[in-house]
Amino acid sequence: MSEIAEKVKAIIIDKLGVEESEVTPEASFTNDLGADSLDTVELIMEFEKEFNVSIPDDQAENIATVGQAVSYLEEHAK
Amino acid sequence: MELKRVVVTGLGALTPVGNTVAEYWNGLTNGVSGAAPITRFDASKFKTQFACEVKGYDAEKYFDRKEARKMDLFSQFAMVVAEEAVNDAKLIDSGIDPDRIGVIWGSGIGGLRTFQEECVNFANGDGTPRFNPFFIPKMIADISAGHISIKYGFRGPNFVTVSACASATNALIDSFNYIRLGMADVIVSGGSEAAVTEAGVGGFNALKALSERNDSPETASRPFDQDRDGFVLGEGAGALVLEEYEHAKARGAKIYAEVIGGGMSADAYHITAPHPDGLGALNVMKNVLRDAGIKPEEVDYINVHGTSTPLGDVSEVKAIQTVFGDHAYNLNISSTKSMTGHLLGAAGAIEAIASILAIQNNVVPPTINHFTDDENFDQKLNFTFNKAQEREVKIALSNTFGFGGHNTSVLFRQVND
Repeated sequence: MSEIAEKVKAIIIDKLGVEESEVTPEASFTNDLGADSLDTVELIMEFEKEFNVSIPDDQAENIATVGQAVSYLEEHAK
Repeated sequence: MELKRVVVTGLGALTPVGNTVAEYWNGLTNGVSGAAPITRFDASKFKTQFACEVKGYDAEKYFDRKEARKMDLFSQFAMVVAEEAVNDAKLIDSGIDPDRIGVIWGSGIGGLRTFQEECVNFANGDGTPRFNPFFIPKMIADISAGHISIKYGFRGPNFVTVSACASATNALIDSFNYIRLGMADVIVSGGSEAAVTEAGVGGFNALKALSERNDSPETASRPFDQDRDGFVLGEGAGALVLEEYEHAKARGAKIYAEVIGGGMSADAYHITAPHPDGLGALNVMKNVLRDAGIKPEEVDYINVHGTSTPLGDVSEVKAIQTVFGDHAYNLNISSTKSMTGHLLGAAGAIEAIASILAIQNNVVPPTINHFTDDENFDQKLNFTFNKAQEREVKIALSNTFGFGGHNTSVLFRQVND
């Protein structure tokens, strides 16, 4: 697992209070990990802070799973 | 329209002198001080370095981590005491229509720690707004009532009253009124506050409202003592389940006491200083006696606002002597803030509980830390100094006054049948 994927996983465990085993690439924040819309906004903000990126709203809407977050950040992280 | 009777059927407390109702009452009757050096932040540069904090509070004992992170401490405190009171009143699976159960809470300030942290984060950044999406719903003072209703599914009247240190008493009076008007059968009421933060202590210090007796925190809250020098900031919460009397009787609920009157008034004088003759305090006590339809002579105990400030204590006692005349000498008067400190918007809740438990147990909790008489007070009055006193308490009055000149009083009566 990449360093980015490790960090993403740690943030999700911390913010959503879920078990490590639940945080699979396919896991959806809202359908599988119990996030509501505010949790999702908070997650995106944490990713922005941790990886020093700015994720525009229209792109944030396409980040719905753990795997999508990792791919986006692997592409855009500085 | 005939007004319904209202009784108290459940209690919950999380206070600087005890983390349950039983522990709280034990602390009060044993004259325990809740004051100690501040642990919630480094107060070494503050004029006041102590407070009455809740002791041994562990959020993980009550909430999962995700839940706790979304609630400011004042909301967590609210949830903890609401749970104790809801269980005490046996509201869960009781068959009561949830549309007829309301939540009316009180908080003077709301999520001060949350507000402070978010503003500090912004100020430390480069100007890019990175406010947490939970910032507003954690901070707003009304959210505690929302959380309680969401947890239990109570869908009746739901809001929070804000009147500084009178907030929880306003919540109790509103609950009392809505039930006696028939707009709800049960209301979970009370108040919570968690303002022991840099901004809270610094702000009250700037007002010169707090005691600065750093060498002896446990004796700092000394209402009616000649050397009192301000109030001691407290934190915590209290919950009371108010219920329509016939409703409570029909389901065999335990009844602690009856709420027989609520009074409100304004000083219309100054933002922080009390009216020098205690005009607002005088009016509010007259109002509550009139609302209850009782004579001053019927009151046995007054749990006073009595914050241990030089001016406030004097004007309240003046007002008591005016309203009660010679009967003032027969009363027991005590300020439990001598032990708990001042819980601001939650004060009215925990002091209502103290008043109700005084009726239940026929014991008046003391005003501790009395060392030197103050000539401003008539020493023939019984301030219940230093030790709890046994006496029959049929009717107890609880006063709370807030910055802005808000005055509230509530009357409780023993229920025999």
